[in-house]
Amino acid sequence: MLDYITSYLGMNTTPGQAGNIFWATVYILVVFGGVSVAVMAMNWLERKALAHFQIRLGPMRVGPHGLLQPIADAIKLFTKEDIIPAEADKFVFWIAPLIILCASFTVYIVVPFGPTHAITDLNIGILFMLGVSSLSVLGVVMAGWASNSHYPLIGSLRSSAQMISYEVAMGMAVVSAILMTSLNKTGTGTLSMIGIVQAQQEQQVWFLFKFFPLGLIAFIIFAIAMVAETNRAPFDLPEAESELTAGFHTEYSGLRWSLFMLGEYAAMIAVSSIAVTLWLGGWMRPFPNTLSGETWDLVFSLVPGLSFLGLALIAFIGVARMPKHAYFRIQTIGLAGFGAVLGLIGLALFAPPVRDRIQDIFWFVAKVAVFMYLYIWYRATFPRYRFDQLMKVGWKVLLPVAIGVLILTAIVGVIF
Amino acid sequence: MTPVATPFFFYLLSGLTLVSGVLVITRKNAVHSALALIFGLLAQAGLYLMLYAPFVAGVQIILYAGGIMVLFLFVIMLVNLERSQKEAQFNKQWLVGLLAAGALGGLFVAVYMRGQGLFPEHAPLPLEGSNTQQVGVLLYGQYMFAFEIASLLLLVAIIGAVVMAKKRI
Amino acid sequence: MVPITTLHYLVVAAALFVLGVIGVLTRRNVVIVLMSIELILNAVNLNLVAFSRLWGLHGQVFSIFVITDAAAEAAVGLGILIAFFRNKETVNVDEVDLLKW
Repeated sequence: MLDYITSYLGMNTTPGQAGNIFWATVYILVVFGGVSVAVMAMNWLERKALAHFQIRLGPMRVGPHGLLQPIADAIKLFTKEDIIPAEADKFVFWIAPLIILCASFTVYIVVPFGPTHAITDLNIGILFMLGVSSLSVLGVVMAGWASNSHYPLIGSLRSSAQMISYEVAMGMAVVSAILMTSLNKTGTGTLSMIGIVQAQQEQQVWFLFKFFPLGLIAFIIFAIAMVAETNRAPFDLPEAESELTAGFHTEYSGLRWSLFMLGEYAAMIAVSSIAVTLWLGGWMRPFPNTLSGETWDLVFSLVPGLSFLGLALIAFIGVARMPKHAYFRIQTIGLAGFGAVLGLIGLALFAPPVRDRIQDIFWFVAKVAVFMYLYIWYRATFPRYRFDQLMKVGWKVLLPVAIGVLILTAIVGVIF
Repeated sequence: MTPVATPFFFYLLSGLTLVSGVLVITRKNAVHSALALIFGLLAQAGLYLMLYAPFVAGVQIILYAGGIMVLFLFVIMLVNLERSQKEAQFNKQWLVGLLAAGALGGLFVAVYMRGQGLFPEHAPLPLEGSNTQQVGVLLYGQYMFAFEIASLLLLVAIIGAVVMAKKRI
Repeated sequence: MVPITTLHYLVVAAALFVLGVIGVLTRRNVVIVLMSIELILNAVNLNLVAFSRLWGLHGQVFSIFVITDAAAEAAVGLGILIAFFRNKETVNVDEVDLLKW
């Protein structure tokens, strides 16, 4: 038994490929827990960032600067009454959020956090991710159907039509990135997620900058299509509160609604990690070819520790600015404790053995975090698309440009 | 890639497939049948993965479960089936149909019992890391003509479906 | 435990095929008949992929073509269903008898 557990530690592959059930389960639990924490942090960040964009403060009361707000939201949603509409189909009503949740969480088994830091490395990695994330359309259709009410039905039809329209443009952009992986010495491309990042490592360039501007245009098409795919602003007509009274999840209350939100945020993180893997170099540090060498490697390896120390500094500045009143004492202590924890993590990340292992994971998560902030920025900035404008953009603008980029990438790849 | 607990996964996945097949043909509500078919298709994708065919499994998930079943669900929603849930579900020839299917099943059993020695029992384990590349080489090399004909067939199907479902031709 | 051989997969495919045939022959609802046809095609695919493990990748290429054809046929079949439903407001197979004497 102990041999089974320790025999994996010497190997250099992902636990799925090694066939080691114990370590695969450990990795699955770690990724699952990490995504759940990330969804809660995303919930907090969205409310605070939207508020600051609109020159107000957002939640400030629940914890220091509203840091415990997601926990309060979760408690409220758990304790709400569970209402099922009268003539609704109970089984389908129950299973629709579960389908969206399972589809959004299953894609994480191929997400590459490092050369061996993935749950497994399927040969068809990117095809698997695109396929399983398209299963959430089924959940949306069934949620609208099972609610037995007009607004959810129209909302779910609009939402599913939008999702399947933008999947086509996403697929074309992804194929043009896969074409670029085949430009290595052996001449064979790969669909596996770890293989795509390793192809970028071999060619020493992020696919964003390859065949400029073709890689950039493909990335922009994917970035727009992924926002439409996850029903986020400015494409959130089917689920916005001022339109169709919240669309396909109108009749869902309490815990079921929170499952929808969990699935939506998890899908956002999943498609962002597709974009990071395909175009932004995955776990590679920035500037791999221009700023290469031992000293630059050392400088970039200090960035994780420095970023956590920077966050701790911001927390301590917040502590210094807290009002000196008795009612705020517990918030001040809480924020100081939070800052101390962040500072300790930052100091721990300076130790050389931790530094080497944490590099890949840190750069991957940092790039995905940039995408998450971009999602919130879009929501604060852009007005909503009308539904016919949305479909027009998807079919008449994105798809021809994506096909054109694909053909040009193929031609340029053969010539050079 | 080392296989792990093959009999357990085989019986689980094939059991799920067969149970969902039974549910498809026996449910009154067409939406429940469609849901059961989706689960059956996903279990079958798992069976393809066990047979070292990851590309076919990916195509099954993307096309069948994520495309064709969405089409079925849209049509079930358009065609309002409330009334048909209260009518008789099985037609008048159900006994003859069952007997014919039973005869077909008996034929299958006879063929499999006679032909057991015709193919090797334990298959050689193929290389997994390059399945997509090999399928791609075959598809664009030897089967290029069939590939182009399949794309033409899809074009004809799109035109046919649009013409069929229009209100006035 | 008996090791899982090709025959196991063939038996599962045969059972799925028989279930699909029962669905086609006994149900009145057109949508469920079309779904039973999809079951039959899936059984054939499983058979092809099980054999391709023994004798090369041609079986997998063939099964990809079968999936493509199933998609085209489902689309056209559902289009015909919509056209017929618009005329007669029913989805039962045995009420499609306008040409009867």
